[in-house]
Amino acid sequence: MVMPIDIAHVSHRLDLAGAPLPVLNDVSLKVAPGEFVALLGPSGCGKSTLLRLVAGLEKPSWGRILADGAEIAGPDPHRVVVFQDPTLFPWRTVAQNIALGPEARGEKAGQREAVAKVVKLVGLSGFEDALPHQLSGGMAQRVALARALINKPRLLILDEPFSKLDSLTRLSMQGELLSLWREAGFTTLLVTHDVEEALVLATKIVVLSARPAQILTVIDNPRAFPRDRSDPELVSLRQRILALLGVTATENSAA
Amino acid sequence: MDGAGFVSRIEGQADSRPPRSPALAAAAVAWAAFAALVRFWPDLDDSAAYGDLLALAGLLIALPPAAAFLFNWRWPALRRLGPWLTALPIGLGLWEVVTAKTLWLPRPFFAPPQALLEVYIDDWPKLLDSLVHSLQLLACGYGLGALSGFIVGVSIGWSRAVGYWVHPVLRLIGPLPATAWLPLMFFAMPSSWSAAVCLIALASGFPVAILTWSGVSSVDRSYYDIARTLGANQRFLVLKVAIPAALPHVFVGLFMGLGASFTVLIVAEMMGVKAGLGWYLQWAQGWASYSNMYAALLVMALVFSSLISLLFRLRGRFLAWQKGLVQW
Repeated sequence: MVMPIDIAHVSHRLDLAGAPLPVLNDVSLKVAPGEFVALLGPSGCGKSTLLRLVAGLEKPSWGRILADGAEIAGPDPHRVVVFQDPTLFPWRTVAQNIALGPEARGEKAGQREAVAKVVKLVGLSGFEDALPHQLSGGMAQRVALARALINKPRLLILDEPFSKLDSLTRLSMQGELLSLWREAGFTTLLVTHDVEEALVLATKIVVLSARPAQILTVIDNPRAFPRDRSDPELVSLRQRILALLGVTATENSAA
Repeated sequence: MDGAGFVSRIEGQADSRPPRSPALAAAAVAWAAFAALVRFWPDLDDSAAYGDLLALAGLLIALPPAAAFLFNWRWPALRRLGPWLTALPIGLGLWEVVTAKTLWLPRPFFAPPQALLEVYIDDWPKLLDSLVHSLQLLACGYGLGALSGFIVGVSIGWSRAVGYWVHPVLRLIGPLPATAWLPLMFFAMPSSWSAAVCLIALASGFPVAILTWSGVSSVDRSYYDIARTLGANQRFLVLKVAIPAALPHVFVGLFMGLGASFTVLIVAEMMGVKAGLGWYLQWAQGWASYSNMYAALLVMALVFSSLISLLFRLRGRFLAWQKGLVQW
């Protein structure tokens, strides 16, 4: 039911104005079913590219990515992405945006009930008929999350989904994501540059280098939920990760 | 504002009735004055038999604003029109003075308002017939042009192969003024009517195609990414993503195409089609009946403006999700 992911020796280059730009360098990573994996790395290191490959939006230049043991051939509604920007369709209401997946696949039966269920799940009841331009940033991102969840994904791919939200909204949405993941049990891949977010949410943290991204280290983070942000073990883990990313703790706390 | 005015405004709010509008009184007075001017200032020539009728019309128009003022009716639409209802009889009065009353603008090149009234009363069957012909021609030509322009635009924007072959052709043919095809079309097509349809379609199709194309190719790529990860096929991507996202551009094209189609319609009717408002203008000029020409021009202005309103209303329906739409 839940999806394992096997990234095997993947390298990738982008074609920027005719010049090849290497973004991923021999990345190998096994994600067990139901794991919550955070990909941490400096901005512009190629994390998002890795997600696009796992989503099937692009093919890796070298290496293979397996989902359920089979090579990824293209996008699949079992692997759903939530991007940094909610990218809602402005001409559709909240409910119509959420129903995009079932509609695209021609699944008419039970659509209304399914929409109502996820609307409730992400706390948007009463906003079904609102248009995207009427929503706040946090609400728009909730719609994007609901649009992903209605497809009952077995792998949820999150590309810095909370990075543009204000800090209070971000905290509450992190909590909601966590409880959704614990209830539904989908495998989760989260790209973030927020070390604390990774520590509080993920069961495994993958630290990537600057571009072209390589895996620097993989840290298991098996602590029980909910996690206390001031847990001394998490704090020391945070120092270690920041050091790996080339930021010393003093610099960071001064900032 | 003085104290009494302030109090009356408060009271007005209590029975939810705004204060009397002075503009409505001014409008009533202006229309009555216009009627008196037409009726009692004798014309320099005796040509206009409909002066009395015009005066009567002026008096009748004066009634609603007068009543609305005296009985302080609500009727917000009339209140909003107050200033225009005042300016209109003043303008008409000036027109009346410089034509019928003083002949500063000589006949037959300039016609007084009652001459237009005469045309509408005596010649309405022919005018109506011309209008119907024009509208039929316009509907066929514009409909054909808008539809084919839309389809061409979507295909160029969507398919690289279609773009490769059609885009250069469009670039070559598109900038040609549709009227330049006129001589060719009139002998190449079986009838002057079908030639006119083609010309109007050509003129309106080009802007629609270009703007639809630009709309489709400027769609945010991430909309496609989202739809693809959710399991959308090509058909869904075109019909449910590309086209709705491109609609704001499409409507700009439809608007530009509509303007172009008016031009070509009138020219085609003047040159070859033996019916329609353009033909009526040509005919009126041939007989030196300039008042018929003015009357037809006024009809044209009203009809074309209404057609644009219709298009804007349609756009308002389709693009209700957009903020800050321009009102026509």
